[in-house]
Amino acid sequence: MPETAMAEAPVKAATGGNILQVRNLEAWYGESHILHGINFDVNAGEVVTLLGRNGAGKTTTLKSIMGIISKRAGSIQFNNQEIIRATSDKIARMGIAFCPEERGIFSSLDVKENLLLPPVVRAGGLPLEQIFDLFPNLKERLSSQGTKLSGGEQQMLAIARILRTGASFLMLDEPTEGLAPVIIQQIGHTIARLKKEGFTILLVEQNFRFASTVADRYYVVEHGKIIDGFSNAELAANMDKLHTYLGV
Amino acid sequence: MQALYAQLLVGLINGSFYALLSLGLAVIFGMLNIINFAHGALYMMGAFAAYFLLNVGGISYWWALLLAPIIVGIFGMILERTMLKFLTGLDHLYGLLLTFGIALIVQGVFQNYFGSSGLPYAIPDQLKGGMNLGFMFLPIYRGWVVVFSLVVCLGTWFLIEKTRLGAYLRAATENPTLVRAFGINVPRMITLTYGLGVGLAALAGVLSAPINQVRPLMGADLIIVVFAVVVIGGMGSIMGSIITGFALGVIEGLTKYFYPEASNTVVFVLMVLVLLVKPTGLTGRAA
Repeated sequence: MPETAMAEAPVKAATGGNILQVRNLEAWYGESHILHGINFDVNAGEVVTLLGRNGAGKTTTLKSIMGIISKRAGSIQFNNQEIIRATSDKIARMGIAFCPEERGIFSSLDVKENLLLPPVVRAGGLPLEQIFDLFPNLKERLSSQGTKLSGGEQQMLAIARILRTGASFLMLDEPTEGLAPVIIQQIGHTIARLKKEGFTILLVEQNFRFASTVADRYYVVEHGKIIDGFSNAELAANMDKLHTYLGV
Repeated sequence: MQALYAQLLVGLINGSFYALLSLGLAVIFGMLNIINFAHGALYMMGAFAAYFLLNVGGISYWWALLLAPIIVGIFGMILERTMLKFLTGLDHLYGLLLTFGIALIVQGVFQNYFGSSGLPYAIPDQLKGGMNLGFMFLPIYRGWVVVFSLVVCLGTWFLIEKTRLGAYLRAATENPTLVRAFGINVPRMITLTYGLGVGLAALAGVLSAPINQVRPLMGADLIIVVFAVVVIGGMGSIMGSIITGFALGVIEGLTKYFYPEASNTVVFVLMVLVLLVKPTGLTGRAA
């Protein structure tokens, strides 16, 4: 696989100031070395997508940024503060929110409790009325058990609950996985609207057709490294390469 | 008939202790996934704390109801921070063996200093005497134990099932990693939860002191029955523990009246039946 100069010099972003800077990030699951020196930047107000095949290290990258994987090395700077040694609760309180691939809806909590579970970490979160405006289904299901919702509703709930925390940097791990096209479209609209509201979003996706509707820039992850990166404007020119990277 | 009511009252009082202790065990098991065999020893420490507060510090029963659970709860939190937290992710057996060892050490230390016989703890003046209800004579202190235990149990249930803090606890029971990634300090919450469970045991110890005397092995006698109560109610189920605690106390009391020979074993027979029919307990959910 062609390895570009990405590992040394991340693609420059076009929009606002640098909010996340990842340098030489390595991570381990027990003895398994998963990330081998990840480098990339995310700028304020951008939607950046990590693309790559299954097992490439995309989810591990998000979990490492969030502090969920404790065995990690390198540097992660968020708003110019080093967070590589911070615990996940402290990272969350700095304004990073994570929506996991498996959604993480709690079965012992109803929809309202799930929605209100993450504490407000700073001002600027969306009020409930605005969240219900984005996801009207949730308002009708507030007293239902969280895991009784459909897959799409659970995904909406998983995104909705991190919007009220005041976190400005959202990490969404495969939000479209296993969902019907109409729901995928709705989630795409939501991401576009969140971007307009000023949220910065780091997205992990295998579905680059979906990603292309919302992303400003892309990084391709393979074998625990960033092997390529390009902007949305360069997507068409990189399509062949992308097909090769993703094996589609 | 008087004897039946008297046994019912005894059953309700025993049920109060079962409920308070099994509730603490359920809270600890739900959050820490630890079968806390030290619970009986911590119950005993609650009674001893009340005894020392009164005899050394001149501190009354009423203050002991507040202070003893705090003192023993802090001891529990130290245990959690220094030992139990290292058992995270390990098989239940490790927690059971460690807490069983802690129970033996704590009981051994108290037995070494205070012997095996009971130390007296007087009923507070305000709760002495009794009331004639017409169909039975009700000692006020025993009535107080039943009512107070019920209030504490329902308060704990409300805290866990109906408040934001309780939602954190329930969520952390399911997925502590994600709850922590939401910004909640889960390790601190686990320590406080263990303190709460231990505090409930100590509170039961204070309530028990005027009835059962203060003895180093008072918890060891009770803990096996309490574990049976938790198994019948369903491990980790809060309301299950409360209802089962009171219900089994009453069933035990009725058995004492109708067939006294079975009164010591009826709880265990029920446990076997429940395990055969519904292994997760009456209100427990499958893992």
